[in-house]
Amino acid sequence: MSRRKTLVSHLGTVFFSLVSVLYILPIFIVLFNSFKKKSFINLQPFTLPDKMTFNGLENYTAAIDQYGFLDAVGWTVFITVGSVLAILICTSMCAWFITRVNNAVTRGIYLLCVFSMVVPFQMVMFTLSLVTDRLGLGTPWGLIIIYLGFGAGLAVFMFCGFVKSIPIEIEEAALIDGCSPLRTFFSVVLPIMQPTYISVGILETMWIWNDFLLPYLTLDIKSYKTISIIIQYMKGSYGRVDMGAIMAALIMAIIPVVVFYLACQKHIIKGVAAGAVKG
Amino acid sequence: MQKAIKRYFPIFVLPTVLAFLIGFIVPFLMGIGLSFCEFTTVTDATFVGISNYVKAVQDTVFLHAFWYTAAFAVVSLVVINVLAFAIALALTQNMRGTNLFRTVFFMPNLIGGIVLGYIWQLIFNGVLAPFSTTLNLNEWYGFWGLIILVSWQQIGYMMIIYIAGLQSIPGDVLEAAAIDGASGPQRLFKVTIPMMMPSITICTFLTMVNGFKLFDQNLSLTAGEPAKMSEMLALNIYNTFYGRTGWEGVGQAKAVLFFILVVALGLIQLRLTRSKEVQQ
Repeated sequence: MSRRKTLVSHLGTVFFSLVSVLYILPIFIVLFNSFKKKSFINLQPFTLPDKMTFNGLENYTAAIDQYGFLDAVGWTVFITVGSVLAILICTSMCAWFITRVNNAVTRGIYLLCVFSMVVPFQMVMFTLSLVTDRLGLGTPWGLIIIYLGFGAGLAVFMFCGFVKSIPIEIEEAALIDGCSPLRTFFSVVLPIMQPTYISVGILETMWIWNDFLLPYLTLDIKSYKTISIIIQYMKGSYGRVDMGAIMAALIMAIIPVVVFYLACQKHIIKGVAAGAVKG
Repeated sequence: MQKAIKRYFPIFVLPTVLAFLIGFIVPFLMGIGLSFCEFTTVTDATFVGISNYVKAVQDTVFLHAFWYTAAFAVVSLVVINVLAFAIALALTQNMRGTNLFRTVFFMPNLIGGIVLGYIWQLIFNGVLAPFSTTLNLNEWYGFWGLIILVSWQQIGYMMIIYIAGLQSIPGDVLEAAAIDGASGPQRLFKVTIPMMMPSITICTFLTMVNGFKLFDQNLSLTAGEPAKMSEMLALNIYNTFYGRTGWEGVGQAKAVLFFILVVALGLIQLRLTRSKEVQQ
């Protein structure tokens, strides 16, 4: 590399380092505000906490004790993990079947799945809440079924794309050797599809974990709240808005996401690239 | 082989299809039907023809939301894609720390829309406070605030797609152009960008549709303040359903129009950019 080029690349590193710091600054501003007394947050959001404004962990205990933030975390984990597992198992089986069995019904299912990917949620939100109400699905358990139904489109589409690339001979050999279709699927097809499971799992996790409107409209929110719902609730409750508790809640909402991201960064980035190419 | 597994239809397909019926097909068909009815619950629905649609297109707040959303979608599309492409170009050069920078730029993408809205509300109100104004007092503060917010959120995502695209361009093509005497900008506009059209198609499509469908961030950042002037289409539909008794049918009609709009935009946009793609 020529000297001029090295200089440019060093300047680039310096420039992007500065930009990166600016980029994560909003999160740090929320972080140090979460340690301030609530009356100082709106007045001086850009000053670090000092002797007068420092509030210790009071805001965190307020968010947890008064608003039940940890319950919301628990329900969000339950709904996300349950729904993603249901989606992965059910839609991969469905996708394998409708790719291998070719008739009018399976082609119809595939087309409907593709169609559902372009339909905005607002189109079905009102009627979906009526349906869940009627069927008594307004619980975290029921919500898993709703997410399976509403998330099926993308998942079936992505799995079908992958199944088409698996040579059919492997499965035929297993079936001829006496494997039942179920055993063929779980011990032959499933291991081959592992990368697609990870991509689909990550895309659906990112969606369900952060989703606000679907659980807000279908869940019985007096008994169950998710993280997004509780934050909206804290802010939207008329009268006294506890800015301190909200800052603490925002930080507690961000931490699991950042940990998840740093732990599975490679898979997340691969999943995003794969999802974009196919979706 | 088909015969052997066909009998297993109930195990393999039925769970997904049943959930799909409950979660999508039935609500979708009911939605189409109810857009022609007046109702507050389904049991009292009466057929009213297209009057809901007439009311929807005569609703000035809805029309304002449409233009506001359209402007937002176009501006956010340009801002996000230009910046994401530029960052992707820079981060595929030989430079120290590119992996760390990618990690940082992508991170906001994983944070939920409601959380994002309240993070930025704090910051914007802090910036505006010395001028003794707030985000809720001017619809254009909300507009540019949302642009900054969604750029912060989506640049990293689009950057990842652009980087994947850039890395798949064969190096010899660029080398050949350089040997033939093409300058830097010429290589960018005549070689790199044409070869990147598939990625550009995807990213512009995604940012456009995201812009039109934006809801959580709109709700948490401004909630449509002042006086519904920063209300976007999705939030307008929501408020029609749940904020005005007797207008549920109109809300559903708006939702159908919104659905048609999103599908039409997607198709037009795919057609426009696909025609500019080149074979590699």
